[in-house]
Amino acid sequence: MQHGKYRFIVGFLAPPLLIYAVFVISPFVQAFQISMTDWSGLVGAARFVGADNFVRLWESDDFWNALRHNVYMLALVPVVTLGMGLFFAFMLNVGGKRRKNEVVTGVAGSRFYKFVFFFPQVISITIIAVIWFNIYNPDPDDGMLNSLLGAVGLDGLQNAWLGEKSLALWCISAVMVWGHVGFYVVLFSAAMASIPRDIYEAALLDGAGRFHTFFRITLPLLWDTVQTGWVYMGIIALDAFALVQIMSVNMGGPDGATDVMPLRLYLTAFRDSQFGYAAAMGVAMLAVTMAFAVLTLRFARRERIEY
Amino acid sequence: MTTDEIQKVNAPVPGGPSSGAAAGRGPRPARGRSAEGGVLNVFSHGILVLWALMVGVPLLWVLWSAFKDSNGILTDPWGLPTVLHWENWSNAWNEANMGRYFVNTAIVVGGSVVGTMVLGSMAAYVLARFTFPGNRLVYYLFVAGMSFPVFMLVIPLFFVMRDFPGSSLLATYHGLILVYIAYSLPFTVFFMTAFFRTLPTSVAEAAMIDGASHTRTFFQVMLPMAKPGLISIGIFNFLGQWNQYLLPMVLNQEEDKYVLTQGLAMIALQQGYENDWGALMAGMMIAMLPVLVVYAIFQRQVQAGLTAGALK
Repeated sequence: MQHGKYRFIVGFLAPPLLIYAVFVISPFVQAFQISMTDWSGLVGAARFVGADNFVRLWESDDFWNALRHNVYMLALVPVVTLGMGLFFAFMLNVGGKRRKNEVVTGVAGSRFYKFVFFFPQVISITIIAVIWFNIYNPDPDDGMLNSLLGAVGLDGLQNAWLGEKSLALWCISAVMVWGHVGFYVVLFSAAMASIPRDIYEAALLDGAGRFHTFFRITLPLLWDTVQTGWVYMGIIALDAFALVQIMSVNMGGPDGATDVMPLRLYLTAFRDSQFGYAAAMGVAMLAVTMAFAVLTLRFARRERIEY
Repeated sequence: MTTDEIQKVNAPVPGGPSSGAAAGRGPRPARGRSAEGGVLNVFSHGILVLWALMVGVPLLWVLWSAFKDSNGILTDPWGLPTVLHWENWSNAWNEANMGRYFVNTAIVVGGSVVGTMVLGSMAAYVLARFTFPGNRLVYYLFVAGMSFPVFMLVIPLFFVMRDFPGSSLLATYHGLILVYIAYSLPFTVFFMTAFFRTLPTSVAEAAMIDGASHTRTFFQVMLPMAKPGLISIGIFNFLGQWNQYLLPMVLNQEEDKYVLTQGLAMIALQQGYENDWGALMAGMMIAMLPVLVVYAIFQRQVQAGLTAGALK
């Protein structure tokens, strides 16, 4: 087995590692370096300015405004998405009526529901953004949502949606929820399928209702998955770039009401050519993401249940 | 909130027809709960159907709007097409350049999926099956890539591409392919390493004893055995790369090299002036069709592949 082993290892590992080092690792290292320069990116000269970009960032109202919107989404979107995902998954797997010899069943057609619910997960975020842009069209006759509200006699609820400063961010957050619930239905269904049936049977024999079963058995046994899903969804809520860029009025509008950190970074770099400053935003985003992930995993930790 | 709703639904239908049936058939007739089960069943179906409609209708709307003219889409957004406007599709393909974007996307994604699978499995195989100094270091280096936010990397990446020795990689097929491969490697290596570890060693050893080289053993014995894993992760990479938006936005700013997502975003943002909504909808269908076909055929693997990352 030793014959030519090291030559083989090097031959197999070198090409992928080289590509990875050039396009992923080296940009990661350079991001820190560029964030401490005043590089405009056009001509070579980049002056070292130390922490200046970070001071400027700290004092920038625009950046705090964008960060605040990301934090709103971070507080709302994962709770709603995971909550709905758990609710649907529980119904699909345990919500069915009892059949012969099976105490715990899913509702009929659960495979079909999973197929449909998961759909937004496989299509491009650009397409999702364009579809919802049309749904939110403010015109009372052209807009899908507004014309639907008009048709059922709820004219009073018709709104400018994305054009309304107080609503625009929540409209975009709703799209994020819409797009990801199906993923969690499938994820939690898979996790629920691995919970032994006899635990449910025992609980039902002891007289536990569906809601006790959910909160006392399903949720605690799923906790690890919920926690990972939370981090994953939080990272998505910290992004929101494509949705805001395509759907919002005037890129982050109206009047900055939907601005988010990634959009700020993108515009600062590729519209305003302030690459050093934009790189500092990137480093700040890394810090926010890491802080979120570490805090979640720390505070959500519970005693692991073995079964 | 849900408990309230359930009580509301519970109140008007105390013991509906289905609950009686459930109680009669149930092997463990705990009466009170069987009634609850029946009503809950009506309730759960109602809410599941509602969500299915909320997901399905917007997508069907794209399909039927792709056959309507702009006027029909705007004045009657919910109406079905009265005449099928097939010309939307040719307008999208030719005049809105979706054909060109489709070809660009197919070239880039085709190259990068193959590249990702070959290079990713090579690295994973070596990391899973051989002990050598630095094995763990390389493995964690790859896996760490999963936690880098892409946003932080795009600015330096733009300059790495622009100043690439030889010639700029910006807005080239091979440049995009290399970047897609690089950004797909962390998860691919992570997933395939775990997969190769689960394969039995005896088959590979037998091949070696029969005189096959390491390379031959890999391509003719181990890779075919890893087929289920390759399919899952291959679909995962195909969907991710077909739908990629941020990387081409930054690295591929020449219009004749645009991929579908860029083309669609551009057409959508221009609609205010041009107003060919029918072509936009047909363009969205063109961009969605390959994904739709893959999902319809491989739905189990798609769901398993996409959720694998979060479960481990």
